[in-house]
Order: sequence, then structure tokens, then C-alpha cells
Amino acid sequence: MSIERREARQPWILLSPALGAVALLLFVPLLFIVVYSFWLRSSVGADTAGFHLDNWIKALTDPFYRFILLNTLKIAAITTVLCALLGYPAAYFIARSSGNKMILLLLLMLPFWISYIIRTMSWINILGASGAVNTGLMALGVISEPLQMLYNEAAVILGLVHFLLPFMVLNVYVSLEGIDTNLEDAATSLGATRWQSFLQVTLPLSLPGLAAGGLLCFVLGAGTYITPLVLGGPRDAMFANLVFEAIITQLNWPLGSALSLLLLMVLGVLVAVYNRYLGMSQLAKGLG
Amino acid sequence: MGWVLIRSYAIAVYAFMFLPVAVVVLLSFNANQFGSFPMTGLSLRWFEALWNNDAVMRAFRTSLVLGLMTAVISTTLGVLASLALVRYDVPGKNLITTALIAPILVPEVVLAVALLLFLNWLGIGKSFALLLAGHVIFTLPFVILVVQARLVSIRRDVEEAALSLGASPVQTFFSITLPLLTPAVAAGALFAFTISFDDITGTLFWKPGGVETVPTQIFSMLRNSISPEINALGTVMILLTVGLPLLGAALARSLSTKRGK
Repeated sequence: MSIERREARQPWILLSPALGAVALLLFVPLLFIVVYSFWLRSSVGADTAGFHLDNWIKALTDPFYRFILLNTLKIAAITTVLCALLGYPAAYFIARSSGNKMILLLLLMLPFWISYIIRTMSWINILGASGAVNTGLMALGVISEPLQMLYNEAAVILGLVHFLLPFMVLNVYVSLEGIDTNLEDAATSLGATRWQSFLQVTLPLSLPGLAAGGLLCFVLGAGTYITPLVLGGPRDAMFANLVFEAIITQLNWPLGSALSLLLLMVLGVLVAVYNRYLGMSQLAKGLG
Repeated sequence: MGWVLIRSYAIAVYAFMFLPVAVVVLLSFNANQFGSFPMTGLSLRWFEALWNNDAVMRAFRTSLVLGLMTAVISTTLGVLASLALVRYDVPGKNLITTALIAPILVPEVVLAVALLLFLNWLGIGKSFALLLAGHVIFTLPFVILVVQARLVSIRRDVEEAALSLGASPVQTFFSITLPLLTPAVAAGALFAFTISFDDITGTLFWKPGGVETVPTQIFSMLRNSISPEINALGTVMILLTVGLPLLGAALARSLSTKRGK
């Protein structure tokens, strides 16, 4: 075999294990649940194969499912906006700080390394009946009975913001770092105030980072079921909780398949729109 | 004036990120028998309780084995693929990259359901093998992104020099490429291990009954009652998943400065 031919084959040999794994453990399983979502659940033994629309009809028309889907999108949207409001100024501070940027960034990234379940449950120590806030307020005599701050939608959103904020900060930081500071100086030297130069130069140039962070926060937030289980009440279920219920509790795998695919499609549309206008490279930058 | 405002705002954000975690660590040393506020003194009793808790120790062993195996497999696959993507002009590079990072573009719940149902259909039900497969596929994109970012900085001409001086391709790989690659490999493996060790979303779908990893163990303890042992377990986890990477980074830095001298 000629050297050129061998050279041309080499990358494919290197790539094949990873591509094989992704194909076998992601793409084929996704196709499989598309098929499975048309099967029927049987209460005894194996689910019956076939082509039935029952699961899809239930997933798409059940008013409870629709309510939960809309509520999930609402929670994810609020979370994303809060992450942007908290994360942008923090990222701006790190990017424009004269101190050690890497340390500042690392500090804010540290929680990213702390387990999601621990960060979520840590709020019980803060907001619970015998948590920091209630104990503090009672010691000060402001309240006599502990306030009920946990197990509601606000607690779920708080937990999600705490979980997702590092993604936002990192993405905004990366895009702010990429902006030539001379542009801001040019704007101010031409008579713009610092605020004007921020609004008309820095902010527009950092929008790709903000969008990438926002997409990550939204998609990750909308796909969670752990936070509502830990910090939410019985009425704060999100769409992924329905999937978990169907698959793990009710063992209704055909319906669970349809519900998972519905979630995938809703979030997929979002990712596709993002990809159409901004491309995936910005996202890869923030993740690397 | 504006800068002071931004700085105070950023400090508040930092506090928001760190305070809850700090409270977990603080309460884990609490002597109070309910482990809640007010603190009555410092004690290691909850750590002792953890050490004597068989379920927790079992979960630790499971998580460690799972994390190590995930790191080995995921890093091997990820390093090979990254080498191909960085070193060669592969046709359709963008498409391949998108396919390889697809496991983190798909919501983890959906990935979890698809993998569970498909492997179950193939005859692999909820088991350690399913857990491992899930953790590998979920960590692979992170490894590829981290390793690729580091690989770009390794120059090809050093290898070409070795080859032109008579080293065989295998010799070149082991004595030139691999040592230069080590930081990238280590970073990838560390990333894979930490993500696997922390994962709960997929793990709850894939784990067989009776098997718990540390996060799922914490989750099931939370459902029973808020025991102070959970805070102690949280502190141990924080030490492990934050301490290890920091230690690794410090070690890498001291090694590279020594080599530089």
C-alpha cells in the first residue's frame, strides 16, 4: 500500500472507536426509541411491537402534559434570564479586572466541579425550616415561626440558577476576552461615555457569548428532573419528571419514549435555530 | 464609580455561588445532634458515622470503580479521535465534530431513556455494564473538547524531526508524541472521572436496584430525611472533586517548571 493511501486511512482508524461508540450508544438508540414510541405497552411481559399512534396522541393532547411542558419552558426561560442578569456583570468584572483573571475565573468555575446534587441540596441548609435564613430571622426576633421557603417553584428556579450560572459566566467571559479593548478606547476617545461605549460596542460584540450561555442554560434547565424532586413540591414537576415517572415508576416505556422525543424535538428546534444563526463553534469555545 | 458598582455586584454573585456550599462544609462539622443551626460546637462525629455507614462506603467504591473505568475508556476513545481531528485533514470535519459532541447536545434524560431502552432490547438490562456505557458516552464529548484544545498547541515538527532522524513511527509515538500528549490525556481523564463521579441524571435511569453511586446515595438519603451525614458526605465529595483537579493542576505546573529548568 502506498504511503499516501495509508496516511488517508489513518484518521479513520483513529476516529472509528469514538464514532462507533456515538453511533451505537446514541444515534441508534435514538432511532430505536422513535420506533418504540409507536409500540403499545402491555401490562404482562414484553411491549407489543407495531405502529400505533396512541402514545403520541396522549403525549400531544393530554392537557396535563401540555401544562407541564409550558411550565417547564417558562421555568427554563426565567432561569436563563436570571443567569444572564447575574452572570454578565460578573463575567465583565473578571474580563476587565486588573487582578489575576485566571484565579477569579477559576473561583467562579469551582462550583462547576462540585456535584450537582450537593449544590442542589445545599439550599435546604439555607432555606429549610431549620436553615440559615429561618434560624437567623428567628434569632433576631423578626419572625416567630419558620417561613416556608422550600418546595415551591421559586426554590426550583433558585436551584437551577445556582447550577447553571457558571455556564453563562464562562461563555460571556470567553466572548468578552475576544473583544479588542482598543475598540472601547476608540469609542470613548471619540466622545462616547463609558456607558455608551459599553452599550454600542462591547455589548453587541459579546452577544454571541451571551446567546451561547443562554442556550446552554435553557437546554440544561429544561431537561432537569433532579432539582424539582429535591427543591420543588409535588406540584412543581418539570417535563423530565414526566419522562422519569413513565420510564422508571410506571414502566410505560412506549409512552416514555414518546415523551422523551417530544422534549428532544422542542429543545432541538431551539438548538437548530441557534445553529442556523450563530453556528456551533461559539458553543464549543465556551465548553472547551 | 461604575466600576465599584460592578465589583460589588460581582462579589455578591461570588457569595451567591459559594455561601450554600460553605454552609454544607460548616454544618458537616456541627456537634448539634440534628446537624442544623444553631451550631453548638465542632465535631467529627458525622464523618465517623459516614465511615461506619456500609451503604455509603459501598456507594463510594461503586463510584470510584465506575469513574476510573469511564475515565480510561472515554479518554482512550477521545484522545484517538482528537488526534485524528487535529492532525489530519479529515473530510467532513465539522460534521464529525458535531456528531462526536452530540451526546451533550441531546438532553441527558433523553440520552438516558434511549440508551436504557435500546441496550435492554439487546439483552443488557439495568446493570453496571449499562452504567458504564452511559457514563462513557456522556463524558466522551467533554474529553474530546478538552483534549482537542490542548492538542492544537503541540507542534507537529518535533515528531517530523524524530522521524527524519530515523525513529520508527511507533518509537516516535511513544518517545515524542505521548510525553507531549500527557497533560492533555491527564486533563481529559480527570474531566471524565469528575463528570462520571458527579452524574446523577443518567445514573438514576441506568443503575440496577440496590446499586448506588455516591450522588444517588445522597439522593435517596435526602428522600428519607435531612440527615447531617449528608453534609459530611457532601464535604467529602467537594474535597474529592474540587481537590483532585486543583492538585492535578498544581502538580502539572510544578512538573513543567522543573522540566523547564
